[in-house]
Amino acid sequence: MNTQTEMKEPINSQPEEKPLLKLKNVSKSFPGVKALDGVELDVRAGEVHALLGENGAGKSTLMKILAGIYQPDGGEVILEDQLVHMSSPLEAREHGVLLIHQELSLVPDMTVAENVFLGNIPRFANIFVNNRHLNERCGEILTRLNCKFKPTEKLGNLSIANQQMVEIARALVFQPKVVVFDEPTASLTDYEKVVLFGVIRELKESGTAIVYISHRMDEIFELSDRISVLRDGTYQGTFYTRQTNEDEVTQRMIGRDLDADIEHQPPELGAKALQVSGLGIEGLYSDISFDVHAGEVVGFYGLVGAGRTEIMETIFGLRKPDSGSVQINGQNLAINSPSDAIDHGLGLVPESRKEQGLVLGMSCKDNTTLANISEFTKLGWIDTSAERKVFEEYMDKLRIKCPGWEYSTLNLSGGNQQKVVIGKWLSTSPKILILDEPTRGIDVGSKSEIHHLIRELAKTGLAVIVVSSEMPEVLTVSDRIIAMYDGRITRCFDRGEVTEDTLIRAITGQTER
Amino acid sequence: MAFILCVVIFSLSTQKFLSTDNFLTVVMQASIIGTIALGVTFVVIGGNLDLSVGSLLSFATVLVVDLHDKVGPGTAILLMFVFTLLIGSVNGYLIGYLRLNSLIVTLGMLSAIQGITLVYSGGKNVDISDQTNTWFAFFGREALFGVPVPAIIFIVLGIILQIVLLKTGFGRKIFAIGGNATASLFSGLRRNRLVFSTYLLSAFTTGCAALILGSRVMGSQNNVGEGYELLVLAGVILGGTSLLGGSGSIARTVIGVLILAMIQNGLLLLGFPYYTQWLVTWVVIIVAVWLDIAAKRGKLFSTY
Repeated sequence: MNTQTEMKEPINSQPEEKPLLKLKNVSKSFPGVKALDGVELDVRAGEVHALLGENGAGKSTLMKILAGIYQPDGGEVILEDQLVHMSSPLEAREHGVLLIHQELSLVPDMTVAENVFLGNIPRFANIFVNNRHLNERCGEILTRLNCKFKPTEKLGNLSIANQQMVEIARALVFQPKVVVFDEPTASLTDYEKVVLFGVIRELKESGTAIVYISHRMDEIFELSDRISVLRDGTYQGTFYTRQTNEDEVTQRMIGRDLDADIEHQPPELGAKALQVSGLGIEGLYSDISFDVHAGEVVGFYGLVGAGRTEIMETIFGLRKPDSGSVQINGQNLAINSPSDAIDHGLGLVPESRKEQGLVLGMSCKDNTTLANISEFTKLGWIDTSAERKVFEEYMDKLRIKCPGWEYSTLNLSGGNQQKVVIGKWLSTSPKILILDEPTRGIDVGSKSEIHHLIRELAKTGLAVIVVSSEMPEVLTVSDRIIAMYDGRITRCFDRGEVTEDTLIRAITGQTER
Repeated sequence: MAFILCVVIFSLSTQKFLSTDNFLTVVMQASIIGTIALGVTFVVIGGNLDLSVGSLLSFATVLVVDLHDKVGPGTAILLMFVFTLLIGSVNGYLIGYLRLNSLIVTLGMLSAIQGITLVYSGGKNVDISDQTNTWFAFFGREALFGVPVPAIIFIVLGIILQIVLLKTGFGRKIFAIGGNATASLFSGLRRNRLVFSTYLLSAFTTGCAALILGSRVMGSQNNVGEGYELLVLAGVILGGTSLLGGSGSIARTVIGVLILAMIQNGLLLLGFPYYTQWLVTWVVIIVAVWLDIAAKRGKLFSTY
């Protein structure tokens, strides 16, 4: 793992090529956290440079420094041999550095062309917008990107993938020298991914430097020329993609062994904790029947839109079913609201931690006790020290990295935010825990920690449901897998009998029982 | 900060400003706006607005003053609170349970209550006939240990509500629904009930303010509370409570209201005409909000 020797053989045609963009010893602190500490990065023209690191490793901070959103506390940013200070995204843009955001920042009610030229609309006599001219120029860029949609189309009508293309088109208007992609494939299908990669390669060949940030190892190895690794805000080295492998960079990234393979013993099944029979909501799903025993993990696998989240929300009292019933511990119960569900020992770690899981402005402690605040109150009075104790207990247990209980969840990394949400539900001592996409957008390290945790919880007698769109995840954690397609359960697999092939058939509607 | 600045400026410019007498006058003036602002702070932290408090104050004052001679002070006060809370619960029902937009609901309510007040009074001003021999005078005209009762009501209520906000489960939940309504729902909080109770609370504190006002004036015009909703909101904003919900504090609202009252008082002492207050109030709010944002982003001006 000696980076020095690895670096000796550059794959670029011009080995002595100067970096286009260079970061030297860059540091950045936030209250209580050192987000970046002496980070180095050099990006060359015409390469795809992947930036790898767990959530909280400092990737986002680094990226925001590149894009002028943050200013570094120390260190230098050198662009084409010039020391530059970029105090706003506008300035960064003028320097030719553009960021393509993970979360799209477009106006759904405007047309594609208007979005592409947003803030930079070519005007006649500085006042009037020439729509024809606008659409023509936009059309040229769209052709370059192989896009099929028209400049006059309303943005809101496009798929997420096409909206992402619009975002890229917007960057191209400025003829950028450096383009930073932040998790661009997070919401793309495989086909759309191929198209995007084509675009990135084309950009690269035209001499643009690409910084590519992703959690997905396969993508990074497919696309990048070099990989730089960050861990806990420190620089861990740069590797030539062709000369390294996944294990090596993963090691660098997490600094410990991914105790990868989870051992599976047949679960010790307890009583039937949850039984769902004939549940249905018109237009969403129908005739859903399954049960979950104490001590087992049941995975729900299916495509986005198959109705999995909606079923869980119904069980949790967020939706009213048209038909069917839910039994908990053998009792028929009417669950009309989440607070009923909580009273009956249910917990739901929702799909979207920022919108549904956390009150971001509140502290870690306050979020942890939010779902069962009444247990911490006597005559309405909150027992703060009991609250703190509980949070600190889960901070240890779940290895939440945060400076203290009063720290706002807003500033935590995605993985740690998710752990706070899980801690919140564990503190309600549930009997049945539902986790909807528990590791979405989370780095490999935290992901594996959460997978282990899920197994542990089942061992302690909890009934666990995991909804996931990632096959490796369901295969890793589940004792049984329920496959869904288009609002129906198509098949139920025991752990032993499942294969990737049958699973894929089941979720694409190719088998019917 | 701004609070200290105000004190310094005014005490340098006029000697009278720092006297105990004048301080009590300021607290007294602040107590009506301030008492209402206490309840409205809960509404705002919960992520909503209440613009109906101004005309609710008119209504409640007219009601309690008019009923005073008809049914006696005790029953009058009781009935006043019943009707005030009734109106608060209509707001709370529309906004909490039907999920209507709070700006529109309370703006509508502002005008509706004005109508109700006029219908009730028949357009005439009301007053209490025997102004000296009624214990109703206690709330607005008397003092305990040298401190005017209005100030005591304001301060005691403020302390109680600050504790409720910071130390009770109810307060915590109000912060949560204002900070993220969806996540609160997923955590089993009942947003409808909580929002409902914030409007009850703002109606209640408005009722308390009506007690003070009615007792002090011993009479009431139909539009006595006009413009109060904006002053109240100004005090809340000046205290730094975010209009987006999820953050804020009673103590800061109290300071915000005191700053407003002090500026008005100081300007009067300096001999400016009454209407300058309105202009200056606006300037103060803008500057306060600006400084607040500037401190957050570390710069005075936004670069993009």
